[in-house]
Amino acid sequence: MKYILMMNTMRAGAGIPLWPPADLRAHIAFMLGLNRDLLESGELVSAEGLSFPDQARLVRAGKDGAPVTDGVFPESKEFLAGFWIIDVDVPERAYAIAARVSAAPGPGGNPLNMPIEVRPIMSAPPEML
Amino acid sequence: MTVLATANRWDEASEGLLRELAPQVLGVVARRFRDFSSAEDAVQEAMLAAFKQWPQEGIPENPRGWLIRVALRRMTDTARSEIARRERETAITPEKEPTIGPAEMETEMDPEDTLVLLFMCCHPALSKPSAIALTLRAVGGLTTGEIANAFMVPEATMAQRISRAKQSIKASKVPFRLPIPQERKELQSAVLHVLYLIFSEGYASSIGARLQRLDLAQEAIRLARSMLALLPDDAEVAGLLALMLLTDARRTARTGPEGELIPLDKQDRSLWDRAEIAEGTKLLTLALSLGAVGLYQLQAAIAAVHDEASRQEDTDWPQILALYELLQRVAPSPVVTLNHAIAVAMVHGPERGLDRLAVLDSDERLAGHYRLDAVRGHLYEKLGDFARAAQHFRGAAAGTTSLPERNYLMTQAARLEETLKGPNSRPAASES
Repeated sequence: MKYILMMNTMRAGAGIPLWPPADLRAHIAFMLGLNRDLLESGELVSAEGLSFPDQARLVRAGKDGAPVTDGVFPESKEFLAGFWIIDVDVPERAYAIAARVSAAPGPGGNPLNMPIEVRPIMSAPPEML
Repeated sequence: MTVLATANRWDEASEGLLRELAPQVLGVVARRFRDFSSAEDAVQEAMLAAFKQWPQEGIPENPRGWLIRVALRRMTDTARSEIARRERETAITPEKEPTIGPAEMETEMDPEDTLVLLFMCCHPALSKPSAIALTLRAVGGLTTGEIANAFMVPEATMAQRISRAKQSIKASKVPFRLPIPQERKELQSAVLHVLYLIFSEGYASSIGARLQRLDLAQEAIRLARSMLALLPDDAEVAGLLALMLLTDARRTARTGPEGELIPLDKQDRSLWDRAEIAEGTKLLTLALSLGAVGLYQLQAAIAAVHDEASRQEDTDWPQILALYELLQRVAPSPVVTLNHAIAVAMVHGPERGLDRLAVLDSDERLAGHYRLDAVRGHLYEKLGDFARAAQHFRGAAAGTTSLPERNYLMTQAARLEETLKGPNSRPAASES
């Protein structure tokens, strides 16, 4: 069963978080360690980090079908910072991994307790027919 | 094997025969070295070498001997570097390294090894995804890349899953032998369940996906065939293979040109594979003659009744109902109750079917499950209550995690809602 874990934490215009270098290093090491563990447990499908929101553009098709882009968003808007796709045996395991992501260390090494959105990926075989 | 040796040409059949050899070679190497995990790695490397070399250089005179030799060399290399490592660490004189001739290994061939391996790889100590992956590699002779591709995960992830599965086997000290009589029943049902899961995964994939990826349904059928060859008198093994064949026969008919699901009552039955139905029916007859009726035989019997009807309206629903009643006694589960309710509705009318479903609302395992909604949608539609039917189809669509199924359920809901609005009102584009 595949799940996506979405980390919606980036705020537009907030820029790179200004943490002490040791805290930043601890945070990066935590994320790398998590990815390594997921690979070793045979559960990692993919893990991606996304650019900062200042590179984000909303695109719509114009009247002639040509792209019309919209950028620079109000500061309150939250962006996806990164996501994991995992393949696990039971939903509880997806929630446990999400909780681990949520508790990634922030400033002062304290857990960030970020909200992590967990959703099943529509990959199950059809059962009812 | 004789075909391999004489034809000396590489085709699908030789690939199949090469895969048949994998568990036999693994059995020889694993028993000799008493190290299943390393032996399995060594055989995988031998298989990879064969897949690379044989299509180009031709199939060797003695393919099994060739595989054993390559796997053996790999084992020796590993042992040698292990000895070297220990030597460096402890500075002791190395033990004599193992030297066994391929001819000697050949005589250790035991056809039952395939069975031993199945019991090991499907052991209940393993999680289902691990058991599936390990079975496909160690018994199915598939490469890690092929298995990864079939489940759409990276190869490195699949390699880790397999390696952890082997660690679990080691940790739980599963012996390399056939199970003792007391544990036989439990372990065999675990094997059948794993094969059934491999089949379902493959059966569900769209035609397009099947062309690009490994055909897991065919792999499951192949594994069930080799299991039956070793246990020809086992009614449930025959029943499982019959179930797979009788279900697989409808594969082409169950999806439309865009990969959309087509339910059983709407399928073009001329597309059903007659040869598979004939073989499945024959196996089922054999299974039923062997004695104790089990879960897979009963499901196969139900599939056979569906397959017998050349038109949907010819389906012998009273017989299906009787079989579900038996199934409820042999292997009761909420899913069986659900299917039983459908059969009740087909025989005694939708109201009676809906009454049956009521018990499931209090069953934790199924209450609020999308399949309950999907069946209610179906039965309310039969009853002519389109509003409630649409509501249940929508509920089911929100609950499923299968994309083709969600598309199907949403389409059902939309179709009924359009009917409710009357013949002259087509929904405006903005309403969708």
